[in-house]
Amino acid sequence: MSDFALKVRRYDPESGEPAYWEDMSIELEPERSVLDAILKYKADTDNSLAIRCSCQAAICGSCGVRINGQSRLACNTQLGEASEELRAHDGTIVVEPMGNMPVLKDLIVDMDAVHWKKVQRVVPWLLPEGDPPEREYIVPAESMIDITQSMACIQCGACVSACLSMEADPEFIGPAALAKAYRFVGDPRDSQTEERLRDLAEDPHGIYDCTHCFACIEVCPKDVAPMSQIMRLRRRAIGDYGIKDSNNGYGHEKAFVDLVEKYGTLHEAQLLPKSFGQGSLIRSQIDPDSLKQLAGSFPTVIAGLKSGKVNPIKAIWHKKLADQKQVKRIYNEVESRGERIELNLYIVGEDPSDNEGEGAQEPAGGDRAGADAEAGKSEEGAIQ
Amino acid sequence: MKVAYWPGCVSRGFTPELHGSMAAVAPKLDLELVELDRANCCGAGVIAEHNQELVDTLNARTFALAQATGASMMNICSTCQGAQSECQQRLDADPDYREMINSHLEPEGLRYERARGDWKNKNLLWMLVEDIGLDRLREKVVRPLEGLRVAPFYGCYIVRPTGRLGYDEFPQRDFYLDFVIEALGATAVEFAGSHKCCGFPVITMAKTTSLRQAGRHLADAIDAGADCLVTPCPLCHLNLDLQQPDAEKFVERELGIPVLHLPQMVGLALGLEPKELGMDKHVVKTRDVQRKVAELAAA
Repeated sequence: MSDFALKVRRYDPESGEPAYWEDMSIELEPERSVLDAILKYKADTDNSLAIRCSCQAAICGSCGVRINGQSRLACNTQLGEASEELRAHDGTIVVEPMGNMPVLKDLIVDMDAVHWKKVQRVVPWLLPEGDPPEREYIVPAESMIDITQSMACIQCGACVSACLSMEADPEFIGPAALAKAYRFVGDPRDSQTEERLRDLAEDPHGIYDCTHCFACIEVCPKDVAPMSQIMRLRRRAIGDYGIKDSNNGYGHEKAFVDLVEKYGTLHEAQLLPKSFGQGSLIRSQIDPDSLKQLAGSFPTVIAGLKSGKVNPIKAIWHKKLADQKQVKRIYNEVESRGERIELNLYIVGEDPSDNEGEGAQEPAGGDRAGADAEAGKSEEGAIQ
Repeated sequence: MKVAYWPGCVSRGFTPELHGSMAAVAPKLDLELVELDRANCCGAGVIAEHNQELVDTLNARTFALAQATGASMMNICSTCQGAQSECQQRLDADPDYREMINSHLEPEGLRYERARGDWKNKNLLWMLVEDIGLDRLREKVVRPLEGLRVAPFYGCYIVRPTGRLGYDEFPQRDFYLDFVIEALGATAVEFAGSHKCCGFPVITMAKTTSLRQAGRHLADAIDAGADCLVTPCPLCHLNLDLQQPDAEKFVERELGIPVLHLPQMVGLALGLEPKELGMDKHVVKTRDVQRKVAELAAA
């Protein structure tokens, strides 16, 4: 048994008092959880301390909190480890309610007001074509593998709490709801794939409002990697349906990918106008929307030129890479294939063998993922 | 120490002062830079969003070019680090996948070998702490940056996700910038935004989200009493420096805090002059930092 110092953020709106920190000293074994410590304090010292919890086994997703600034499950965080983290100043474990959601009391946040509302926003149910079949829908197992990662979500809200886009834009649909959206976009039984994608691409707080910060990937206790699901939504919206949204999502990706193909490195000066022009430099200079956006970035361009940071000659005349033709060849080889190959390590796991060429595995790709998942490899080797 | 040096696109584009300051500071750090001038863009997450096989091939090509020099690879961009580490994780995880990717490199006579042990791709920040060492860095300091209050800004791609960024082996990587600031004699300022996102990836798609992020972090650093920020990521630099005048509108307050590139700060402490480090090429003027440093030299 050791004594652990906890500093817990407390707040009771009914008291009329502001939030405050409460210091606790809890004697427990280091392998016991932060939740155990809080429940012990509740039982022994102050029963009014509020926290949501149920299974205490990282399955139900009820006890999401921030520990030493990191969103996670209190039941899944050991006292010994938490107290030794560099972020735990002097070994004190700091426990706060989750972020991006209003606090109801102490460590309990209003999941309905934010998390569940956003999940509702993405129409989180199947919209199949025609009348329902007399019996169950028959789906080949391999066609569901792509969405198993998003199905692993336990709705704990840790990603919502950590989301840095939502911190800046509370209307952002957010990581949990968008991962849920992919669960239906990727479902072969759903008939509204394109409509769903168009809706999420056109929403100014949709898939192109994700700032690609990896915070959701880092905190998810189930390796759902919500940001990766958002990137899949973008990939499908642009790659499969060519959805030209009004947020420049399509334009930005097209401009970036095309410029690297043409020059080998990024031609930054053309990225902005091409993004505004749905990937086209000509369109960027005749389309009224694009011209308005270009005018809006004018002061920044002038500031860049004035500082000497942006050299106008280099900016306009971007030198092609010496080996640009090799880059072009790679683009041709990959893109002429007609199908996208994706290695999802969550599904296939990492090869533990250190020897090249070992292991009788199928070539990478969709079928490969299926074979491994069937062989039971999907969960054990999961990493993200 | 010889390194296969990948400067990235932005350091040779809109932040030329980063490329120049790295070249100036390298001899002081005994780094021999073998620049990978045939290598391509890392994709910055955007090509990964478009097509994973394509981005993995492009970065395998860069790794192969680096491996051909016989040295480990060094980058000076958090975004390159993160985008490349993501590809490297997949390439190293699966031999069949790696072979398939290598088949695209064959016509050029290149091949990426699974990284074992000593071949690594590291940001300058990691090199400073793990390969050069903080003690040796301290010994090289000729102008301790005493009294300079520096707010570290890491950049998302170099701190998350820890699972693929070598944190198992080096668990303190998200404190390195603080360590380096202190080793150079300056004071590391703690502020809310140090490990948050600068907002750059969505500047063309969600400008409010983007510049609210940049503006808030800058404001937090100012409120914490910082003289400047320092970052190992040129994309963060673009949103925090180039866009700073615009960001003021989104947080409705004046900002005006300079943002240094990591090699610029190291160079100052190692005796280089601000001009040699391109510190006159910033949108937010660095003269207050320069004045403080000049006073140090006089003292």
